Amino acid sequence: MVLFLRLGLILTLALATLSARAAIEVHTFDDPALEARYTRLIDELRCPKCQNESISASNSMISKDMRAQVATLLAQGKSDDAIKAYMVKRFGDYVLYDPRLEARTWLLWGGPLLGLLLGGVIIWRVVRARRQSAPGQLSAPERARLEALLAAHEEPSRSREHPND
Amino acid sequence: MNRRWLLFIPLAGFLVLAVMLWVGLGKDPSSRDSALIDQPMPEFSLTALDDPTVTIERADLLGHVTLVNVWGSWCPTCKDEMPQLLALRKAGVRILGVDYKDTRVDARDFLNRFGNPFELSAFDPDGTLGLDLGVYGAPESFIVDAQGVVRYHHTGYIKPDDVKDTILPEIQSWSSS
Repeated sequence: MVLFLRLGLILTLALATLSARAAIEVHTFDDPALEARYTRLIDELRCPKCQNESISASNSMISKDMRAQVATLLAQGKSDDAIKAYMVKRFGDYVLYDPRLEARTWLLWGGPLLGLLLGGVIIWRVVRARRQSAPGQLSAPERARLEALLAAHEEPSRSREHPND
Repeated sequence: MNRRWLLFIPLAGFLVLAVMLWVGLGKDPSSRDSALIDQPMPEFSLTALDDPTVTIERADLLGHVTLVNVWGSWCPTCKDEMPQLLALRKAGVRILGVDYKDTRVDARDFLNRFGNPFELSAFDPDGTLGLDLGVYGAPESFIVDAQGVVRYHHTGYIKPDDVKDTILPEIQSWSSS
Protein backbone atom coordinates (compact mmCIF):
# COMPACT_ATOMS: atom_id res chain seq x y z
CA MET A 1 0.00 0.00 0.00
CA VAL A 2 2.74 2.39 1.09
CA LEU A 3 4.75 1.37 -1.94
CA PHE A 4 1.83 2.19 -4.21
CA LEU A 5 1.37 5.56 -2.58
CA ARG A 6 5.06 6.31 -3.01
CA LEU A 7 5.04 5.24 -6.63
CA GLY A 8 1.97 7.38 -7.22
CA LEU A 9 3.62 10.36 -5.59
CA ILE A 10 6.82 9.94 -7.61
CA LEU A 11 4.82 9.64 -10.82
CA THR A 12 2.77 12.74 -9.99
CA LEU A 13 5.88 14.76 -9.22
CA ALA A 14 7.58 13.55 -12.38
CA LEU A 15 4.57 14.57 -14.45
CA ALA A 16 4.42 17.92 -12.68
CA THR A 17 8.05 18.69 -13.59
CA LEU A 18 7.37 17.63 -17.17
CA SER A 19 4.45 20.04 -17.50
CA ALA A 20 6.43 22.81 -15.81
CA ARG A 21 9.23 22.36 -18.31
CA ALA A 22 6.83 22.25 -21.21
CA ALA A 23 5.34 25.58 -20.16
CA ILE A 24 8.65 27.45 -20.52
CA GLU A 25 8.57 28.58 -24.13
CA VAL A 26 11.67 28.98 -26.27
CA HIS A 27 12.57 32.17 -28.04
CA THR A 28 14.91 31.47 -30.92
CA PHE A 29 17.37 33.93 -32.35
CA ASP A 30 19.32 33.76 -35.60
CA ASP A 31 22.25 35.52 -34.01
CA PRO A 32 24.00 33.65 -31.16
CA ALA A 33 25.17 36.98 -29.68
CA LEU A 34 21.55 38.10 -29.41
CA GLU A 35 20.65 34.81 -27.79
CA ALA A 36 23.46 35.24 -25.24
CA ARG A 37 22.19 38.72 -24.41
CA TYR A 38 18.66 37.37 -24.10
CA THR A 39 19.78 34.64 -21.69
CA ARG A 40 21.72 37.16 -19.60
CA LEU A 41 18.91 39.72 -19.53
CA ILE A 42 16.22 37.29 -18.43
CA ASP A 43 18.56 36.17 -15.63
CA GLU A 44 19.11 39.76 -14.49
CA LEU A 45 15.45 40.79 -14.53
CA ARG A 46 13.39 39.87 -11.53
CA CYS A 47 9.85 38.57 -11.75
CA PRO A 48 7.55 41.25 -10.25
CA LYS A 49 4.95 38.70 -9.26
CA CYS A 50 7.38 36.46 -7.39
CA GLN A 51 9.44 37.19 -4.32
CA ASN A 52 12.84 36.05 -5.45
CA GLU A 53 12.96 34.59 -8.91
CA SER A 54 14.36 35.83 -12.18
CA ILE A 55 12.02 35.96 -15.14
CA SER A 56 14.04 33.13 -16.66
CA ALA A 57 13.20 30.82 -13.76
CA SER A 58 9.64 31.89 -13.16
CA ASN A 59 6.70 30.29 -14.85
CA SER A 60 4.23 33.05 -13.96
CA MET A 61 2.16 34.77 -16.62
CA ILE A 62 3.93 38.09 -16.22
CA SER A 63 7.41 36.51 -16.52
CA LYS A 64 6.33 34.85 -19.74
CA ASP A 65 5.13 38.20 -21.08
CA MET A 66 8.33 39.91 -19.99
CA ARG A 67 10.49 37.25 -21.68
CA ALA A 68 8.51 37.74 -24.87
CA GLN A 69 8.92 41.50 -24.55
CA VAL A 70 12.69 41.18 -23.99
CA ALA A 71 12.91 39.03 -27.13
CA THR A 72 10.85 41.57 -29.10
CA LEU A 73 12.93 44.53 -27.93
CA LEU A 74 16.17 42.66 -28.71
CA ALA A 75 14.89 41.92 -32.19
CA GLN A 76 14.17 45.66 -32.57
CA GLY A 77 17.85 46.30 -31.86
CA LYS A 78 17.43 47.88 -28.43
CA SER A 79 20.45 47.96 -26.14
CA ASP A 80 20.59 46.03 -22.86
CA ASP A 81 20.36 49.28 -20.89
CA ALA A 82 17.37 50.43 -22.92
CA ILE A 83 15.58 47.13 -22.26
CA LYS A 84 16.27 47.37 -18.54
CA ALA A 85 15.09 51.00 -18.52
CA TYR A 86 11.92 49.90 -20.35
CA MET A 87 11.16 47.37 -17.61
CA VAL A 88 12.05 49.76 -14.77
CA LYS A 89 9.73 52.39 -16.23
CA ARG A 90 6.87 49.93 -15.90
CA PHE A 91 7.69 47.77 -12.91
CA GLY A 92 10.05 49.95 -10.87
CA ASP A 93 13.55 49.26 -9.56
CA TYR A 94 12.25 46.01 -8.10
CA VAL A 95 12.85 44.24 -11.43
CA LEU A 96 16.59 44.86 -11.38
CA TYR A 97 18.64 42.22 -9.61
CA ASP A 98 21.62 44.55 -9.99
CA PRO A 99 20.44 47.93 -8.65
CA ARG A 100 21.76 50.97 -10.50
CA LEU A 101 24.21 53.28 -8.77
CA GLU A 102 22.38 56.54 -8.10
CA ALA A 103 21.72 59.01 -5.26
CA ARG A 104 19.16 56.69 -3.72
CA THR A 105 21.32 53.56 -3.83
CA TRP A 106 24.77 54.83 -2.87
CA LEU A 107 24.37 53.51 0.68
CA LEU A 108 23.46 50.10 -0.69
CA TRP A 109 26.58 49.99 -2.84
CA GLY A 110 28.90 51.93 -0.50
CA GLY A 111 27.65 50.36 2.75
CA PRO A 112 30.07 47.40 2.81
CA LEU A 113 33.02 49.65 1.95
CA LEU A 114 31.91 52.12 4.63
CA GLY A 115 31.72 49.30 7.17
CA LEU A 116 35.19 48.11 6.19
CA LEU A 117 36.61 51.62 6.57
CA LEU A 118 34.89 52.13 9.92
CA GLY A 119 36.15 48.78 11.19
CA GLY A 120 39.66 49.61 9.98
CA VAL A 121 39.64 52.96 11.79
CA ILE A 122 38.41 51.34 15.01
CA ILE A 123 41.08 48.60 14.86
CA TRP A 124 43.79 51.17 14.10
CA ARG A 125 42.74 53.33 17.07
CA VAL A 126 42.53 50.36 19.45
CA VAL A 127 45.99 49.17 18.39
CA ARG A 128 47.43 52.66 18.76
CA ALA A 129 45.87 53.10 22.21
CA ARG A 130 47.30 49.73 23.32
CA ARG A 131 50.74 50.61 22.06
CA GLN A 132 50.73 53.93 23.91
CA SER A 133 49.75 52.35 27.19
CA ALA A 134 52.29 49.53 26.80
CA PRO A 135 54.83 49.09 29.68
CA GLY A 136 57.90 51.33 29.26
CA GLN A 137 55.87 54.08 27.65
CA LEU A 138 55.49 56.29 30.70
CA SER A 139 54.28 59.85 30.79
CA ALA A 140 56.70 62.57 31.95
CA PRO A 141 55.45 62.78 35.60
CA GLU A 142 55.39 58.98 35.85
CA ARG A 143 58.95 58.81 34.58
CA ALA A 144 60.08 61.44 37.11
CA ARG A 145 58.44 59.52 39.92
CA LEU A 146 59.99 56.26 38.78
CA GLU A 147 63.43 57.82 38.68
CA ALA A 148 62.97 59.30 42.15
CA LEU A 149 61.96 55.88 43.51
CA LEU A 150 64.88 54.14 41.82
CA ALA A 151 67.27 56.76 43.13
CA ALA A 152 65.93 56.36 46.67
CA HIS A 153 66.47 52.60 46.49
CA GLU A 154 69.86 52.82 44.94
CA GLU A 155 71.41 55.04 47.60
CA PRO A 156 71.15 52.66 50.55
CA SER A 157 72.13 49.60 48.50
CA ARG A 158 75.28 51.27 47.32
CA SER A 159 76.22 52.10 50.92
CA ARG A 160 75.67 48.46 51.82
CA GLU A 161 77.82 47.34 48.93
CA HIS A 162 80.80 49.17 50.18
CA PRO A 163 80.48 49.08 53.96
CA ASN A 164 84.22 49.48 54.56
CA ASP A 165 85.00 52.55 52.49
CA MET B 1 38.51 61.18 28.26
CA ASN B 2 35.88 58.50 28.73
CA ARG B 3 35.28 56.56 25.56
CA ARG B 4 33.05 53.92 27.05
CA TRP B 5 30.05 55.05 25.01
CA LEU B 6 31.85 53.79 21.90
CA LEU B 7 31.16 50.27 23.17
CA PHE B 8 27.46 50.86 22.53
CA ILE B 9 27.90 51.46 18.80
CA PRO B 10 27.46 47.76 17.88
CA LEU B 11 24.35 47.54 20.08
CA ALA B 12 22.91 50.66 18.44
CA GLY B 13 23.66 49.22 15.00
CA PHE B 14 21.96 45.98 15.96
CA LEU B 15 18.88 47.82 17.23
CA VAL B 16 18.56 49.89 14.05
CA LEU B 17 18.82 46.74 11.93
CA ALA B 18 16.37 44.87 14.17
CA VAL B 19 13.75 47.63 13.91
CA MET B 20 14.14 47.82 10.12
CA LEU B 21 13.79 44.06 9.70
CA TRP B 22 10.84 43.99 12.10
CA VAL B 23 9.02 46.67 10.12
CA GLY B 24 9.82 44.75 6.93
CA LEU B 25 8.25 41.61 8.37
CA GLY B 26 4.90 43.35 8.80
CA LYS B 27 4.74 44.58 5.22
CA ASP B 28 2.80 42.86 2.50
CA PRO B 29 5.54 41.59 0.16
CA SER B 30 3.28 41.62 -2.91
CA SER B 31 2.28 45.26 -2.53
CA ARG B 32 4.69 47.60 -4.24
CA ASP B 33 4.66 51.24 -5.24
CA SER B 34 3.94 51.62 -8.89
CA ALA B 35 6.66 53.15 -11.04
CA LEU B 36 3.91 55.14 -12.78
CA ILE B 37 2.85 57.35 -9.86
CA ASP B 38 2.90 60.99 -11.04
CA GLN B 39 3.73 59.81 -14.56
CA PRO B 40 1.38 60.27 -17.50
CA MET B 41 -0.92 57.37 -18.19
CA PRO B 42 0.66 55.39 -21.06
CA GLU B 43 -0.80 55.84 -24.52
CA PHE B 44 -3.05 52.98 -25.56
CA SER B 45 -5.54 52.06 -28.18
CA LEU B 46 -7.76 49.10 -27.44
CA THR B 47 -11.09 47.93 -28.73
CA ALA B 48 -14.19 48.15 -26.59
CA LEU B 49 -15.19 44.93 -24.90
CA ASP B 50 -18.70 44.88 -26.32
CA ASP B 51 -17.86 46.30 -29.75
CA PRO B 52 -14.64 45.45 -31.65
CA THR B 53 -15.18 48.38 -34.01
CA VAL B 54 -15.02 51.00 -31.23
CA THR B 55 -11.59 52.01 -29.94
CA ILE B 56 -10.85 53.33 -26.50
CA GLU B 57 -7.79 55.55 -26.15
CA ARG B 58 -5.92 57.53 -23.55
CA ALA B 59 -7.70 60.68 -24.76
CA ASP B 60 -11.02 59.18 -23.60
CA LEU B 61 -9.81 59.44 -20.00
CA LEU B 62 -9.03 63.15 -20.10
CA GLY B 63 -11.35 65.59 -18.39
CA HIS B 64 -12.44 63.31 -15.56
CA VAL B 65 -10.77 61.50 -12.71
CA THR B 66 -10.97 57.83 -13.67
CA LEU B 67 -10.42 54.64 -11.78
CA VAL B 68 -8.66 52.21 -14.11
CA ASN B 69 -9.35 48.67 -13.01
CA VAL B 70 -7.44 45.77 -14.58
CA TRP B 71 -9.44 42.58 -14.31
CA GLY B 72 -10.14 39.26 -15.99
CA SER B 73 -12.92 36.72 -15.84
CA TRP B 74 -10.27 34.10 -15.05
CA CYS B 75 -9.36 35.89 -11.83
CA PRO B 76 -11.32 34.75 -8.74
CA THR B 77 -10.45 37.84 -6.66
CA CYS B 78 -11.90 40.04 -9.39
CA LYS B 79 -15.25 38.44 -8.69
CA ASP B 80 -14.90 39.35 -5.00
CA GLU B 81 -13.98 42.88 -6.01
CA MET B 82 -17.10 43.49 -8.12
CA PRO B 83 -19.42 44.58 -5.26
CA GLN B 84 -16.87 47.26 -4.26
CA LEU B 85 -16.58 48.49 -7.86
CA LEU B 86 -20.37 48.59 -8.19
CA ALA B 87 -20.52 50.64 -4.98
CA LEU B 88 -17.92 53.02 -6.38
CA ARG B 89 -19.89 53.43 -9.57
CA LYS B 90 -23.01 54.15 -7.52
CA ALA B 91 -21.00 56.82 -5.70
CA GLY B 92 -20.41 58.44 -9.09
CA VAL B 93 -16.89 57.19 -9.82
CA ARG B 94 -16.00 56.80 -13.47
CA ILE B 95 -14.36 53.41 -13.97
CA LEU B 96 -12.44 52.13 -16.98
CA GLY B 97 -12.31 48.36 -16.93
CA VAL B 98 -9.35 46.81 -18.70
CA ASP B 99 -10.24 43.22 -19.46
CA TYR B 100 -6.80 41.65 -19.19
CA LYS B 101 -5.82 38.43 -21.01
CA ASP B 102 -9.34 37.29 -21.47
CA THR B 103 -11.83 36.33 -24.15
CA ARG B 104 -14.77 38.54 -25.02
CA VAL B 105 -17.26 35.73 -24.44
CA ASP B 106 -15.97 34.89 -20.94
CA ALA B 107 -15.74 38.56 -19.99
CA ARG B 108 -19.29 39.39 -21.09
CA ASP B 109 -20.57 36.31 -19.31
CA PHE B 110 -18.74 37.42 -16.15
CA LEU B 111 -20.23 40.93 -16.28
CA ASN B 112 -23.71 39.56 -16.89
CA ARG B 113 -23.45 37.41 -13.80
CA PHE B 114 -21.69 39.74 -11.36
CA GLY B 115 -22.75 43.17 -12.63
CA ASN B 116 -21.03 45.74 -14.81
CA PRO B 117 -19.43 48.63 -12.91
CA PHE B 118 -17.54 49.96 -15.94
CA GLU B 119 -18.47 53.13 -17.76
CA LEU B 120 -15.76 52.26 -20.27
CA SER B 121 -14.68 48.71 -20.98
CA ALA B 122 -11.51 48.03 -22.93
CA PHE B 123 -10.44 44.62 -24.19
CA ASP B 124 -6.74 43.82 -23.71
CA PRO B 125 -6.30 40.17 -24.74
CA ASP B 126 -2.50 40.35 -25.11
CA GLY B 127 -1.95 42.43 -21.99
CA THR B 128 -0.26 45.28 -23.86
CA LEU B 129 -1.78 48.02 -21.70
CA GLY B 130 -1.26 45.76 -18.70
CA LEU B 131 2.45 45.58 -19.49
CA ASP B 132 2.70 49.34 -19.98
CA LEU B 133 0.99 49.86 -16.63
CA GLY B 134 3.38 47.41 -14.96
CA VAL B 135 0.51 45.13 -13.98
CA TYR B 136 1.76 41.80 -12.68
CA GLY B 137 -1.49 40.26 -11.60
CA ALA B 138 -5.18 41.11 -11.65
CA PRO B 139 -6.90 42.88 -10.06
CA GLU B 140 -4.92 46.09 -9.95
CA SER B 141 -6.34 49.61 -9.93
CA PHE B 142 -5.00 53.04 -10.78
CA ILE B 143 -6.47 56.48 -10.25
CA VAL B 144 -5.82 58.74 -13.23
CA ASP B 145 -6.56 62.44 -12.82
CA ALA B 146 -8.34 64.70 -15.34
CA GLN B 147 -5.02 65.60 -16.98
CA GLY B 148 -4.23 61.93 -17.58
CA VAL B 149 -1.61 61.58 -14.85
CA VAL B 150 -1.49 58.40 -12.76
CA ARG B 151 -1.98 59.43 -9.11
CA TYR B 152 -2.67 56.35 -7.13
CA HIS B 153 -2.02 52.62 -7.40
CA HIS B 154 -3.81 49.83 -5.62
CA THR B 155 -2.26 46.35 -5.81
CA GLY B 156 -4.62 43.45 -5.41
CA TYR B 157 -8.26 43.58 -4.63
CA ILE B 158 -10.16 46.57 -3.27
CA LYS B 159 -11.49 45.39 0.07
CA PRO B 160 -14.92 46.61 1.27
CA ASP B 161 -13.16 48.89 3.79
CA ASP B 162 -10.89 50.35 1.11
CA VAL B 163 -13.84 51.93 -0.73
CA LYS B 164 -14.51 54.55 1.96
CA ASP B 165 -11.04 54.56 3.55
CA THR B 166 -8.79 55.03 0.54
CA ILE B 167 -10.38 54.94 -2.91
CA LEU B 168 -13.14 57.56 -2.46
CA PRO B 169 -10.92 60.03 -0.54
CA GLU B 170 -8.21 59.65 -3.21
CA ILE B 171 -10.73 60.22 -6.02
CA GLN B 172 -12.08 63.28 -4.24
CA SER B 173 -8.65 64.76 -3.54
CA TRP B 174 -7.71 64.52 -7.24
CA SER B 175 -11.09 65.81 -8.40
CA SER B 176 -10.81 69.03 -6.42
CA SER B 177 -7.26 69.89 -7.48
